[in-house]
Amino acid sequence: MTDSKRIVIVGGGHNGLVCAAYLAKKGREVMVVEAAEQVGGAAVTREFTPGFKVSSCAHLLYLMDAGISRELGLETHGLRFARQDLATVALAADGKHLTYTTTAVSGGDVSADDRAAYPKYRRRMEKFSDVLAKLYTREPPRLGTHNRKDLMSAARLALDIRLLGRDDMREFLRIAGINMFDILEEQFDSALLKGALSLDGMLGGSLGPRSNNGVFAALHRLSGQVGGTRGALALPAGGMGSVTAALAQAAQMNGATIRTSSPVASILMDGDHVCGVELEGGEKIDAGIVVSNADPRTTLFDLLGARHLEAGIVRRVSNIRMSGKAAKLNLALNGAPEFTGLGADQLGERLVIAPDLVYVEHAFNHSKYGEHSVEPVMEITIPTVHDTTLAPSGQHVLSAVVQYAPYDLKGGWDEAARTAFTNQCMEVLGRYAPKIREQVMHTELMTPVDIEREFRITGGHWHHGELTLDQALMLRPVPGLAQYKTPVGGLYLCGAGSHPGGGVMGAAGRNAAAAVLSGE
Amino acid sequence: MRSRGHFRKNVYPSPFHSRLEPLNKLKEWGRWHDYLSADTYICDSKEYFAVRNTCAVFDLTPMEKTRVTGPDAFAYLDRLLTRSVEKVKPGRVGYCVWCDDNGRLLDDGTLFHLHEGDYRLCSLHPQLDWMLTSAIGFDVDIRVETHEVAALAFQGPTSCAVLRKMGLDDIENLKPFGIKHYAFAGTELMVSRTGYSGDLGYELWIDPSAAEDLWDRLFEAGELHGIMPFGGNALDLVRIEAGLLLCGKDFLPADGTVRPERTRSPFELGLDWLVDLSKPCFNGRQALLEEKKNGSRYNFVKLDIDGNKPANDSFIMLQNKTTVGHVTSAMWSPSAKANIAFASLEAPYGQVGEEFLAEIYYQRELKWTRVLAPCRVIDHNFFEPPRRRMTPAPDF
Repeated sequence: MTDSKRIVIVGGGHNGLVCAAYLAKKGREVMVVEAAEQVGGAAVTREFTPGFKVSSCAHLLYLMDAGISRELGLETHGLRFARQDLATVALAADGKHLTYTTTAVSGGDVSADDRAAYPKYRRRMEKFSDVLAKLYTREPPRLGTHNRKDLMSAARLALDIRLLGRDDMREFLRIAGINMFDILEEQFDSALLKGALSLDGMLGGSLGPRSNNGVFAALHRLSGQVGGTRGALALPAGGMGSVTAALAQAAQMNGATIRTSSPVASILMDGDHVCGVELEGGEKIDAGIVVSNADPRTTLFDLLGARHLEAGIVRRVSNIRMSGKAAKLNLALNGAPEFTGLGADQLGERLVIAPDLVYVEHAFNHSKYGEHSVEPVMEITIPTVHDTTLAPSGQHVLSAVVQYAPYDLKGGWDEAARTAFTNQCMEVLGRYAPKIREQVMHTELMTPVDIEREFRITGGHWHHGELTLDQALMLRPVPGLAQYKTPVGGLYLCGAGSHPGGGVMGAAGRNAAAAVLSGE
Repeated sequence: MRSRGHFRKNVYPSPFHSRLEPLNKLKEWGRWHDYLSADTYICDSKEYFAVRNTCAVFDLTPMEKTRVTGPDAFAYLDRLLTRSVEKVKPGRVGYCVWCDDNGRLLDDGTLFHLHEGDYRLCSLHPQLDWMLTSAIGFDVDIRVETHEVAALAFQGPTSCAVLRKMGLDDIENLKPFGIKHYAFAGTELMVSRTGYSGDLGYELWIDPSAAEDLWDRLFEAGELHGIMPFGGNALDLVRIEAGLLLCGKDFLPADGTVRPERTRSPFELGLDWLVDLSKPCFNGRQALLEEKKNGSRYNFVKLDIDGNKPANDSFIMLQNKTTVGHVTSAMWSPSAKANIAFASLEAPYGQVGEEFLAEIYYQRELKWTRVLAPCRVIDHNFFEPPRRRMTPAPDF
């Protein structure tokens, strides 16, 4: 066994950097080893064509743990927001768009009933997501043990649910496992509103409106805060890369070292304990503890090797559902796009194309059979409206999460399939912004296969594993690994594949740091 | 055998069936997985005494046989089994058990290291699911060859003499747990000095097409050495005397057990010697390390019981009548002239020399009687003749 006190963090995504910062803050010798040329993982700003920069993968910040921002002093390390209060505009082909914020809905043909129902819906969802948020800052309990910590933690969850009050507790238990379609149909009339809201449970995942677990995913999405507002959407100045740049600076200021362009080939073992990592170039780095920001399958199968684990846990890890269905479309535009009926003042909001629930369900249907959507749903931001540093003057970047583009597309993501899907996306975009095709200077489509390759996430899944109840909390990524510590001595997980999961949160990184410290 | 539509039949005659059938005087067949298998051919006692005094043959074909080959075969088995596989050299056989992640037994069996890196794992029950699960991340080929290998257990003091008479040169010099290969009827006969009787004995492995030939040659050679077939009932008697466990009776496979307290770890079955905790990783290791630290829940013991009434299914009690365990296997042993049993006791009970009471019910002419028979924990097998381990094997 190595006597190295060094902690190596495999992967400098946001969780790896958060974990590094917390461990370094406690005086540990920490080295982050990142495969790419820059840190950030899937929260990164990158030039995708000369002069145009975009948040390559994740493009909005809404889940970042407020405690982490404060404790690591991200603002002193340069994090600035271009906007902290983006509204959502649900685009309608006829130009009668509808706008909603965290408190109200307006525009479109929204009825008075819907206008009254929306704040109530929102408050209730926020109240429920609070229950999750409380659980997110701590290690999930192990079930079936008599360990005091586990029992207390499970009891606190039960208490938090009970404290919702009788009616809300019932409602929480009723809806937490079900689908967005049913709860939206119960509460709203406007097809446009329902379609747009359903995306809260769909984005980044492998669910349609009628898929159970959609509500849980939506509650997860709402569990973050920006500027003290639950569920607010923020656009970091300089793109998502500035979030991770601030995290990297925080880690370094606390004493962590960061090595980029250093892909880890394997985690080295001495007996039943890790003793370091080996880089693809053959260089070995000693470490007493290895914390992996990579997804569980990459970490345990590709870097460690399944043979270092017992077969039951290997089976569970191999069964994690982590086949991505979300793609990213980045467009460089020679001018501001014009969406029919959308004022220039609204161009910078979060724009969604999900005109009704059935449309979204149809889009999802294709993906079940290995096909991409014919009419995709989209979440669009045009960050250059607020942030002129991302593109040449007068020109713009359109960044869109487009669904559904299954990782395991029938026939594979060859050039023809990529072109076909890009054309479908442009066709749909064209219905809302008829002249946009003529404005496009460069198109970049990142399918889950590209995301897998570029960000080294098995299956190209944005959240390192589907965010559903069977893969959440004490079941995330699988029982036996949910407390960040793996059965292998000195090996920890800190990525989005661990509790609490995906989205640019950092909570997994911080919780993992606590687990490492308590395991010493 | 595994042709299309094989599922329409639910049980098969073994490749030896044409020879077994006329010898099965009772004409009663049970089943062992895919095969017809006899518990008794003529009389359990007669068959038992043939194994102990002359020699007898048991059709082992239904035994689940899984071939493991490929570059990672050794690494794979070393991770699957709790024991050190390195110690099972080519041409050798090793007894082994395997566990789930909770360190609870799934089954026991014998590992044949046929040739360098080429293994056959034999077990009572099919293990394919767990073996394939355990293969994730290993470059191995796992193939069930149960139906491709006909096998006989040939046990008893005269077994070596019969094989010599059959023309198997140098068979007397085969060491216990060793393997030899012979040319036979245009194919290969594999002989291993293994068995489930605790006596001198061999297991014979051959292509099913030569099964009947093998049987005929064996019975021809054995005619004057008291050869006869024996069934499952006699086998159960000899294995208890030999101190050998039976899956399903002395322990339950963990993957088929609903109540966690009914499963057993190797330590709880007295199989500590089959667990090599110095290996960096094997299925169940984490849990077994914990158990080593915190203590086991049960002890598995051999009991010598007063009287001659078999203690089947008995409770084992302290002197104050508190129940501390139960018998899993029991018999009156004609060879040891002793009333013997295996029992599972709550820890810490079960130290060698400790005395208990066995609550035995027996019936005589429709009248039930209960006795509390004193019994004590012993540390040796009830039947272990020196010839079991002698090389060269003695001639009888």
